[in-house]
Amino acid sequence: MTDTHVREASTAAAPEPGAPRGRALARAALLLLRGRTLVVLVILILFFGAVSSEYLTQSNLILMTKHVAINAILAIGVTFVILTGGIDLSVGSIAGLASMVAGGLLFKGLGVPGGTVFFSAAVVIVIGIAVGALVGAVNGIVITRFKVAPFIATLGMLYVARGLAQLHSNGGTYPDLAGTPARGNTGFHFIGVDSVLGIPVAVWIMILVAIAAIVVTTRTPFGRRIFAVGGNERAAILAGIRVNRIKIAVYVISGACAALAGLLLTSELGAAYPDTATTYELNAIAAAVLGGTALSGGRGTIIGTVMGAFVIGFLSDGLVLVGVSTFWQSVVKGAVIVFAVITEQAQQRLQSGLARRTA
Amino acid sequence: MTAIVEAKSVSKSYGGVHALRDVTFTAHRGQVNVVVGENGAGKSTLMKILSGAEQPTSGEILLDGEPVVLASPRDAQARGIGIIHQELSLFPNLSIAENMFAGRELRRGRRFVDAARQKHKAGEVLARLGQHGLDPRKDVGELPIGQQQLVEIGRALLEDVRVLIMDEPTSALSNHEVDVLFEVMADLRRQDVTVIYISHKLDEFRRIGDWVTVLRDGRLVAHESMSRTDTAWIVRQMVGRDPDSLYVRNGSPVGETLLAVRGLTVPGTVPVHDVSLTVRAGEVVGIYGLMGAGRTELVECLMGMRRAAAGQVLVRGRAEDKGTVQSRMAAGLALVPEDRQRDGLVQTMSVRDNILLATVARFTRAGLLSGGAEQRAAEAKVRELAIRSPGLAAGVTALSGGNQQKVVLARALLTEPVVLLLDEPTRGIDVGAKAQIAALMAELAARGFGVLFISSELAEVIAMADRVLVMARGRITAEFTADTVTEEALVSASASESVLEALP
Repeated sequence: MTDTHVREASTAAAPEPGAPRGRALARAALLLLRGRTLVVLVILILFFGAVSSEYLTQSNLILMTKHVAINAILAIGVTFVILTGGIDLSVGSIAGLASMVAGGLLFKGLGVPGGTVFFSAAVVIVIGIAVGALVGAVNGIVITRFKVAPFIATLGMLYVARGLAQLHSNGGTYPDLAGTPARGNTGFHFIGVDSVLGIPVAVWIMILVAIAAIVVTTRTPFGRRIFAVGGNERAAILAGIRVNRIKIAVYVISGACAALAGLLLTSELGAAYPDTATTYELNAIAAAVLGGTALSGGRGTIIGTVMGAFVIGFLSDGLVLVGVSTFWQSVVKGAVIVFAVITEQAQQRLQSGLARRTA
Repeated sequence: MTAIVEAKSVSKSYGGVHALRDVTFTAHRGQVNVVVGENGAGKSTLMKILSGAEQPTSGEILLDGEPVVLASPRDAQARGIGIIHQELSLFPNLSIAENMFAGRELRRGRRFVDAARQKHKAGEVLARLGQHGLDPRKDVGELPIGQQQLVEIGRALLEDVRVLIMDEPTSALSNHEVDVLFEVMADLRRQDVTVIYISHKLDEFRRIGDWVTVLRDGRLVAHESMSRTDTAWIVRQMVGRDPDSLYVRNGSPVGETLLAVRGLTVPGTVPVHDVSLTVRAGEVVGIYGLMGAGRTELVECLMGMRRAAAGQVLVRGRAEDKGTVQSRMAAGLALVPEDRQRDGLVQTMSVRDNILLATVARFTRAGLLSGGAEQRAAEAKVRELAIRSPGLAAGVTALSGGNQQKVVLARALLTEPVVLLLDEPTRGIDVGAKAQIAALMAELAARGFGVLFISSELAEVIAMADRVLVMARGRITAEFTADTVTEEALVSASASESVLEALP
């Protein structure tokens, strides 16, 4: 306790020339780094807006945001997992599986002894999300109960869920999901095609999911425990946190979000095919990382992830609009992600440097 | 008797902390020179200086009477000074021969490793260590810890070492392995190798040592031929006078039994056998013992972090058989762990979030965290324990060691325990913080808590505990009250051979 005074005194006695200004500069840089995803997004919008007259039109902005919505929902789910220090590679496949389950229920119904049952679109959506949650629970149990590394467990699930999606239709597509009034299962297009107040329903859903996720991560004991598990699992155990339950819960959340995203995509396309959302897990993880979520766990925000999804979406669509080849798009996207991690590390260094000087 | 290595008036300070003050140390050629002292006495610093890992702030090193500068461990090695650290630095996935030559492989041509010659040379060294049957191609990971230690020694011998520094090499060894190691040391002595041997275990080094040097608080307090000393004398030199000045003695009246442990047995690499103990209200109970005696395993089991194979834990007279962290916490136990970086702090979180981590669910309104209530609870604890921090929102890593320890303590206290378990509560914190933590423990006892703490420091455990239990090899080997406890008794009980012989 006394050394605090000593240190203060010594800095006062021998002030480095220009130290306050250097510190202010460091503070400003830190602020810029913290808000870097937003900064990058603004730069993207300004750049593409200047290059292409179509980019900043209302219809294009809405369209791009709708594209963002699906990846954002996937990425929010994955963020929960990454915050605990895990990873979920299976979300794309879970989206595909949920898509096929929902598509099958709408297109051919559920075969039961004595006939076929059709569910309303709302029930189908609930079932689809439940399937995703269930697959997530399996991930969680394999990881906690059988101590399989999350990377391996969810890599396995990436194949298993995709295989199940293909088995569901024997590789075929469910081409018509409109339903019929007689079966009482119309209206599936609402979530992926319709708009409310001029904004696509998918975007509204993204906003709701994001708000819910922000509340859970920042305002509930459960959220606090997620950060604790990712920050130091052993300390979390000693603090009486049921670490395994928390871990299973985040994989359930991730699975449910993935399923929801799969359903939105299916609704938008109007058809369910087994390859739905293939490789989407990578975009989702990229969005989370871009938004400042540390892959080592314990650090990150939902809003950052959403922002990351916007950067990826607005960047891809902008490149398409400007006419850059898809090959170059891939190169640019990859470079942006690595750059994001480099700046994240710079932020951490600056932050701890400032903290030390203040302490 | 010729000196081979001498440190002349060596001092070393880190910032404002004096690790060594004007130490003049002599290692006698071809002899086993034992260096003893409590944690923080400066043993490791002196060894780092003699092995080239650190440079003295002042003073000089003489080798064969000539002043030398040991600029790096490599430099020291080239002059024939090797060191074996307490923590083994072997590659478990590589063979014995590969380990011995790691970083200095024998070459055939410029690029290729001469595996055959390495194997042959490693075999020679193993034979010199009495390990004739051991195949140098065997992976180190498959060897028992004692043989791994010998591989480490073999690595030093390959360098034509004349002075071998060994930093507590026996802390992880079985008794038989210790015997083998001591034979090797006797052999080395015959081969004119000088050994500098750091140890805590009085009974052991008295068997092997020719000279004993005692360090205390960074000063050399005694240097004597082993034959002219006895255990009591050495302990007196180690502890010095009047350790009580630093610590506050608990003097509160003792109440009902809060914690009763009966026949607790915990399996594992460091097992606990049939331990029974009680802690009463207002009582500070210390557990003394050496590393690996099972003390940490005992309190971790009490806290529900390890499963007991047998035995019962009663808190306030009620058996708590579920044995999970949650149930033990609910029953009224809280643990401040030994390694706070590993088991205590969530480094990514703020001071406030760390303090509230175990009790966060209490600060909610309609299921949502109430920032105001959290802030008030954390502020209250910060005041109560006088935690110095740049702010509740600051990262917990910005705090000093002592204040980090208080954060972990604050978290434990918020769970409203009746018995507080503290594993080495003053390890790695400065003297001022040590005294504060000690005062807090006495104060908690005065408020009616039961306090059970583990300590490896004789002075601390004697000064603070109303009752001292001694653990050795997983069992409680002795119990003393504050009136009957002595350093000699603790040391002999902690190294008790009778316990070992009692084992099946």
